[in-house]
Amino acid sequence: MTVRRATAEPRWVRLLLTGVALGFLFLFLVLPLIAVFWEAFAHGAQAYWEALKESEARSAMLLTLTIAAVVLPFNIAFGVAAAWAIAKFEFRGKSLLTTLIDLPFAVSPVVAGLIFIILFGAQGFFGSWLVANEIKIIFALPGMVLATLFVTFPFVARELIPLMQAQGRDEEEAAISLGASGWQMFWRVTLPNIKWGLMYGVILANARAMGEFGAVSVVSGHIRGETNTLPLHVEILYNEYNQIGAFAAATVLAFLGLVTLVAKTVVEWRMRKETEMLTADLPPEKTEQTPTVATERP
Amino acid sequence: MFPAPAKRDGVLPGFRLGLGYTLTYLTLLVLIPLGGMILMTGKLTWGSFWDIATAERALASYRVTFGASLFAAIVNAVFGLIVAWVLVRYPFPGKRFVDALVDLPFALPTAVAGITLATLYAENGWVGQFLAKLGIKVAFTPLGIVVALIFVTLPFVVRTLQPVIEDIEAEVEEAAASLGATRWQTFVRVLLPGIFPAWLTGFTLAFSRAIGEFGSVIFIAGNMPLISEITPLLIISKLEQYDLIGATALAVVMLVISFAMLLTINLLQWWAANRHAKGNDAEPAEALAPGALVEARP
Amino acid sequence: MKKLTSLLLAAGLAFASGAFAQSNLLNVSYDVARDVYKDFNPLFQKHWKEKTGETVELRQSHGGSSKQARAVADGLEADVVTMNQATDVDFLAEKGLVAKDYPKKFPDNASPYTSTMVFIVRKGNPKAIKDWNDIAKPGIQLIIPHPKNTGNGRYSYLAAWGYALKQPGGNDKSAQEFVGQLLKNAPLFGSGGRDATTTFMQRKIGDVLVTFESEAELIAKEFGRGEFEVVYPSLSILAEFPVAIVDKVVDKKGTRKVAQAYLEYLWSKEGQENAAANYLRPRDAEVLKKNAAQFPPIKTFTVDEVFGGWSKAAATHFKDGGSFDQIYVQK
Repeated sequence: MTVRRATAEPRWVRLLLTGVALGFLFLFLVLPLIAVFWEAFAHGAQAYWEALKESEARSAMLLTLTIAAVVLPFNIAFGVAAAWAIAKFEFRGKSLLTTLIDLPFAVSPVVAGLIFIILFGAQGFFGSWLVANEIKIIFALPGMVLATLFVTFPFVARELIPLMQAQGRDEEEAAISLGASGWQMFWRVTLPNIKWGLMYGVILANARAMGEFGAVSVVSGHIRGETNTLPLHVEILYNEYNQIGAFAAATVLAFLGLVTLVAKTVVEWRMRKETEMLTADLPPEKTEQTPTVATERP
Repeated sequence: MFPAPAKRDGVLPGFRLGLGYTLTYLTLLVLIPLGGMILMTGKLTWGSFWDIATAERALASYRVTFGASLFAAIVNAVFGLIVAWVLVRYPFPGKRFVDALVDLPFALPTAVAGITLATLYAENGWVGQFLAKLGIKVAFTPLGIVVALIFVTLPFVVRTLQPVIEDIEAEVEEAAASLGATRWQTFVRVLLPGIFPAWLTGFTLAFSRAIGEFGSVIFIAGNMPLISEITPLLIISKLEQYDLIGATALAVVMLVISFAMLLTINLLQWWAANRHAKGNDAEPAEALAPGALVEARP
Repeated sequence: MKKLTSLLLAAGLAFASGAFAQSNLLNVSYDVARDVYKDFNPLFQKHWKEKTGETVELRQSHGGSSKQARAVADGLEADVVTMNQATDVDFLAEKGLVAKDYPKKFPDNASPYTSTMVFIVRKGNPKAIKDWNDIAKPGIQLIIPHPKNTGNGRYSYLAAWGYALKQPGGNDKSAQEFVGQLLKNAPLFGSGGRDATTTFMQRKIGDVLVTFESEAELIAKEFGRGEFEVVYPSLSILAEFPVAIVDKVVDKKGTRKVAQAYLEYLWSKEGQENAAANYLRPRDAEVLKKNAAQFPPIKTFTVDEVFGGWSKAAATHFKDGGSFDQIYVQK
């Protein structure tokens, strides 16, 4: 970071702000994290590993990863489609559409699970039809996927809309006028432009998909070794007075969260490198084009 | 509701496909399930719906839920701004690690967050013991709810502001400084208007997520009727009494309030963006003004 | 995209139906019962193998009792339910999944073991808490799970209410007053039994924790015996844990015979010993006598005797506007 003497804050302000920021993060973020690991290792590393070696813990991890893997492609496709329509075109009702996309954030996770019970439960709207056709949605993988889709619904779209708006239509219009087909334009122009922003949306959605408890809990059925995700497994262990097991499983989720964070760091690093290369390649008067890349850093 | 875009957008393909896919997906995953829930409350007469929605405990729970969410969102807005500013502008050791941690509240199951925070902030906890000496009780009071909500929604404001602060062009600050503005004046008059829309978005997302939050809150709230009972807990309480319709009635009340709030803010943003766009058309020289900063992301 | 969508959906459905296609028993149960059935299931598998030569796979689902009952009503294919209060099975009977007269299908009100509500106090009982009326005294802090939202809390609430009723001159009005006094001493309501225990043991809040007798042993396992004492009140409630066959499911799956045998086996010597080993009071007099040291005699009343059954108790006390709400919302 270059020092901007004319525009920078006095030294004491910088120190104060840094102190306040780090203090706040320490109190509300770092300390809880330390506490989670503290509990997990309360009886030493061996107890920790024993807890994670349990077959139910492993099947819960597998299920959590499966759900995330199924959910993400759906939300990526939706996010790209929604952002394309909203960011590149003008139409009436845009604010309403954006609000509807935001809405799943405001719905309590328990209610998010409940709405799928109301639809697909045995007493629900489609219940008798599903039972008659032997289709299992609730208390099986599809229901858990649906609930997770719902709670992670806005992330990718919310990430891409402002990015694509900032990029404007010029590049795509140029591609079309040069005779590219719609798909060629998408793969060759749009996707390369948004790939890092997309990645960031996916990372956030992924973290939330793996950590979600409330909604999935309602539709899971809690069958041990079958429909318990890692967060559900954590709750059950805690209720059974298996504190070590519960917190050990929680640290796995924290690690999974951190893995996505590592991915994010790699993404950002490559992004920065790309920006630098672009900036270096372009003659100075053209650098105004690069902000589209610079804005991608979330 | 969504007529075809104006002619000048006609060059780009994929509007129908994008919007069509968006609407289909939105309808299937969000509108139909939420509609089903609203239909469910149709089984109630208006009078009994009103009785449930305005029962004394329900009213008290709205106050607690929306009050604590507002408080938490404001705290996150203030400290989130400082954190985002520090993370973008000031170098300090371990910055990359701290930056990476910000997303963690999404990955950790909310129940683990609640249990851990309650332990930390209880009167014999790592943090709580110091607060207890000052006569401040956090765990098992409405303040505890605020702490949990600050944790769960912490990423939103930081992550919305970071890219926008990064996008601020050095020239803007330099110009203000060279015109004799103090650093504080530059911040309040020049920088703040630019980042305000993003700040508002982050605040909104944090606020709406806080309203729905359940898993972490119940472990630290104390759950006393009329004092520290959140609306999602009342919904659960009704479910525990096998009162599904009463539960959906409360959920619908929350949904309507959240929807109205989100729509207002989205319209506000859209209006602000348009105003800026028009301003920029009239005076292109001011293109470095916050027009480019209007959009934000979660 | 559409292709991918349908492919993934198909994969998901295949996964789901595959998991359910095997012939086996699913026991849907409340959340702290895991240890009970983890030990019991192998016993039954062995017994069934010896008796019929068949191997039976047993699957477990644990969660909040009412939540589990709702899941079964909403289509979770439980062959048998083993709950911690009758309301939850009553609800399933009402929905037509379980026989209306399920308490008569098995001995002892269909409850193979019982427990009761006891007090956990700090070592040495510094506040000299001996009975329910000591908890209602000013200056005592009481920790219980939410009386309206948790089975554990509901039992505590009814136990205190029943105690007040049985005092000389006790009636509903005096009982409500007494329970109101008692709840005034609760600085918080735990979100569940486990959460209340953590608050009491780890966060050191409160003078007394009211919980199931069986939980006391789990507390000892997690936190050691050095820090608390168990106090038996003069009178408490008999917590029954009803079991039932889900008719609709066993008829569809053709598992009625094995489901019946599974639940019956809970009353066998092995089943009763297993209950006692998990700190639940066995029904079998002999097994109870053998473990007498673990289960001191205590005078109890049942929900049926004092409240006329769980559904009536739930309607009077826990439904919206019931006695619990009245304590907090005085109009």
